[in-house]
Amino acid sequence: MRPIRAPGGSLPRWVYLPAALGAIFVALPLVGIIAKVDWSRFIPLVMSPASRAALLLSLQTATVSTLLCLVLGVPLALVLARHRGRLARVVRPLILLPLVLPPVVGGLALLYVFGRLGLLGHYLEAAGLRIAFTTAAVVLAQTFVSLPFLVIALEGTARTAGSRYDEVAATLGARPSTVWWRVTLPLLAPGLLAGTVLAFARALGEFGATLTFAGSRQGVTRTLPLEIYLQREGDPEAAVALSVLLIGIAAVVVVGLGGRRIAGWGAG
Amino acid sequence: MTELQLRARVAQRGLDVEFSVAAGEVLAVIGPNGAGKSTTIAVIAGLLRADDAVVRVGNRTLTDTSRGVCVPVHDRRIGVLMQDPLLFPHLTAIANVMFAARRHADRSGARLRARRWLAEVGADDLADRTPGALSGGQAQLVALARALAAEPEVLLLDEPLAGLDVAGATAARSVLRRVLTADSRTALLITHDLIDVLTLADRVLVLEEGKVVEVGRVSEVLTAPRSDFGARIAGVNLVRGRMTGPGTLRDAAGVNWHGTPAEDSASLHECVAVFAPAGVAVYRDQPHGSPRNSVRVRIAGLEINGGVVRVRAAAQSDGAVGLSADVTPESVAEMRLQVGDEVWFTVKTQAVGIHSAARSDVGLR
Repeated sequence: MRPIRAPGGSLPRWVYLPAALGAIFVALPLVGIIAKVDWSRFIPLVMSPASRAALLLSLQTATVSTLLCLVLGVPLALVLARHRGRLARVVRPLILLPLVLPPVVGGLALLYVFGRLGLLGHYLEAAGLRIAFTTAAVVLAQTFVSLPFLVIALEGTARTAGSRYDEVAATLGARPSTVWWRVTLPLLAPGLLAGTVLAFARALGEFGATLTFAGSRQGVTRTLPLEIYLQREGDPEAAVALSVLLIGIAAVVVVGLGGRRIAGWGAG
Repeated sequence: MTELQLRARVAQRGLDVEFSVAAGEVLAVIGPNGAGKSTTIAVIAGLLRADDAVVRVGNRTLTDTSRGVCVPVHDRRIGVLMQDPLLFPHLTAIANVMFAARRHADRSGARLRARRWLAEVGADDLADRTPGALSGGQAQLVALARALAAEPEVLLLDEPLAGLDVAGATAARSVLRRVLTADSRTALLITHDLIDVLTLADRVLVLEEGKVVEVGRVSEVLTAPRSDFGARIAGVNLVRGRMTGPGTLRDAAGVNWHGTPAEDSASLHECVAVFAPAGVAVYRDQPHGSPRNSVRVRIAGLEINGGVVRVRAAAQSDGAVGLSADVTPESVAEMRLQVGDEVWFTVKTQAVGIHSAARSDVGLR
């Protein structure tokens, strides 16, 4: 049983004022945009061919980039969590850079790597592979901005979990790969879920890097956020409806799948 | 089961040990915190790299730093049971045991083996519980079954009973005893508990500051310890000194101790005098008369211990643990003994055993 305590404990009373203002500041724009929706035209607005194409593309690319984040990010997070050497100290801030980088800058940077004249794009072009301004570029842009979210969530969990279970598993005769699949990953499930949800949500909302690196071609690179930005000029009502749709999807993913996990993330 | 031989030096932890455990033998390792007990186990299990080490089990060399040999942890067949059972929380009890049994069998075979090992430790009714639904003692039994299911050649037990309540520890201890003796397993048992040493071990090794200070049969070490920690765990007094004559030892403060010399002490200079606290009497003034040893000490503590009061003296002049005397509560009251008082501890010559300071069987055999 938990000890009986007054809610809030020993917090000074004035703290509740800025706390309330903060909550309102975050909630109010959401209320504002939802209040603006013309619900009678909501379905036709979000079901227009352009909207449907954007929605489908967004879901597809966000899913693929989340998978890519898992494939690359889980090993990366574990390597960073288990190693305390100089390399890990150099690599960690580098990985987290996209968190603080303006996405437009990220998109430009990607262009200079994978673009036709870029660092790697140069060779890819020679091999007949073009990435910039294709759906693949959308996926890369989303992966670039989402990966740090997954890595940071998972590294925290992995660090807290430590490697004692892995060591015991090894003394029981399990090879490192067996330990990885049957002990390490299952024990990281909470962090894995939180990281996946964060990465998916971030990928879904990605705008700046996508626009810079992938452009805005309907059905190919124009994801939902890009479509919303485009519609804002011509058909503000459609933009509002699509925004609410995007908010709805994000809410379902975050609250439905991992809200509690993310809430408990800081604690453990 | 097979013999274990170890030589290890870990500079960072100040560890430098060399010993062996005979096939089918249980060697208890005792010593103060930080003496290097767990480090020793980590080196044997391959979880820690030593600067210089040789670990051999039977005729397999697991670690030999000079030849660059280091068998990976999962191929060593060294079982480890720690104070924390560390059952995989996402698996049921039987799935935990199957995890270890899978190495030797397919899925259905592993389930059969797991059932057998759970039954062996008396935990077959816990098979389908998750670790969260087990008590500390039950979890440790399942962890033991899991360690055994991997069919290790040597078992390393790192205070396996320390985290349990008295009832859980007693139950787990009897299971451990049965498992260790029935299959005559080779095991290394780290413990702080005299009961573990008495009931589970054949020999005991005392580790102090990373060095082996004493190894011997349990009965020998407990009746005539050569080390401070050995004396502490055996509950006897130990005085170090040099042999100055037959049955006479002179300690660092220049006090002469007369006693009965053991056979092995005759020709050696470095000796220890060993005597039980029950044989020590306490006086305000220096007593005279019958052949006794007397030493002036300052009282550092008074503790009720069963029906007697243990009078603990301040540390000896060479820094060793202070002497103890067990006296009746009546005499404590009569003499009005207080912490800080200067008194005389006296012990009869017949109650003092004098032994050589080193045991002959320290080191690899």
